[in-house]
Amino acid sequence: MRDVLCDVPDPEIPAISVVELGIVRAIERSPPTVLLTPTYSGCPATLVIEQAVRHALDHAGFGEVGIRTVLSPPWTTDWISDAGREKLKAYGIAPPPRGASMSSLRNREAAACPRCGSAATHEVSRFGSTPCKALWQCEDCLEPFDRFKCH
Amino acid sequence: MDNAVIVREAHVAYLIGLGDDALILGQRLSEWCGHAPSVEVDLSLANLGLDLIGQGTLLLAHAAEIENGGRDADALAFHRDELDFLNCLLVEQPNGDFARTMARQFFFSTFQNLLYGALTASSDSELAAIAAKAVKETEYHAGLAREWVIRLGDGTEESRRRMIDGLEWNWRFIDELFVNDAVDEAMIETRIGIDRAKLREPFDLIVAQSLAEARLDLPAQHRPVTGGRQGKHSEHLGHLLAVMQHIPRSFPDARW
Repeated sequence: MRDVLCDVPDPEIPAISVVELGIVRAIERSPPTVLLTPTYSGCPATLVIEQAVRHALDHAGFGEVGIRTVLSPPWTTDWISDAGREKLKAYGIAPPPRGASMSSLRNREAAACPRCGSAATHEVSRFGSTPCKALWQCEDCLEPFDRFKCH
Repeated sequence: MDNAVIVREAHVAYLIGLGDDALILGQRLSEWCGHAPSVEVDLSLANLGLDLIGQGTLLLAHAAEIENGGRDADALAFHRDELDFLNCLLVEQPNGDFARTMARQFFFSTFQNLLYGALTASSDSELAAIAAKAVKETEYHAGLAREWVIRLGDGTEESRRRMIDGLEWNWRFIDELFVNDAVDEAMIETRIGIDRAKLREPFDLIVAQSLAEARLDLPAQHRPVTGGRQGKHSEHLGHLLAVMQHIPRSFPDARW
């Protein structure tokens, strides 16, 4: 089942899978159930993700497997896997630093530009195109980029 | 009526009140969509609204589950009348200009962040889970709003004048946030809810520090205006609900 879920992309950041994003919290054996967790309370992709997981499970012959949403403990960016972080970077999104959830929500440390690697960057907007991202800009290559908010 | 029924009714009312606060402010913020001073601010306000509507959905869904009366979160949001809404008066206040919106956000997010923080210890495990999720979001909201209060307050003569007006406008609705009513008392007793009065001191501290940084004075004392949490609303809520509810009411059970 995990293999099936590893092929389900996040609908808003299709470069990584729902497993790499850390929103597949667990797979229970009896009764067989996939536990999902939302990134943000209002994330509009939550329902789409559930449908995509349902579709993938049905397609792979796991039609009897249930899906349940769990809130506690709340999702944190620390649950994004190392492979997921690399894929985010390759996709042009600066991944959140490890342990970010333990510190402030603000991204006080400058993010490395995912295009040229420069550390000379600044925050343009605290919020970006989805609830989980902020908008940053590189001062060397001048490209704007998304940064995963520490959460 | 036996005690268990009374407690359950208070529990439902408590969750509806918390859910209405989030939902109504989320709806208010969505009015800024496409009208904010810059695209970045537009995104920020829409994102705050999205978080709040998400929190409202979770809280109202939980209320409906406890109520067990055939209503769901959508029924509570879209098929109740003005007098049945239990939100505080602060969140239904009109947006005014950007400064007034950010003043309201600063007060409410600061309060809500303290409230959710305390509710993570609720004896209602679902409410505690919702609060633990939401408190991470409201910390971000409170930080953003605080920075705008400082930036406008310690900005140009015009931005400063507007922020002073914004803080003044909203200040009379603050006391209501910290009053424990009969529902609160019942919820404190069962440890589902928390003592709102205890949030006042940390709230005042954050407000005092932030306004000092913005080189602003605390607003003058007004006679507090209360009643929203008992369903006695200002004229503004009805207009907001007319916009928010008209599609589901005109086309019940419509799907897309």
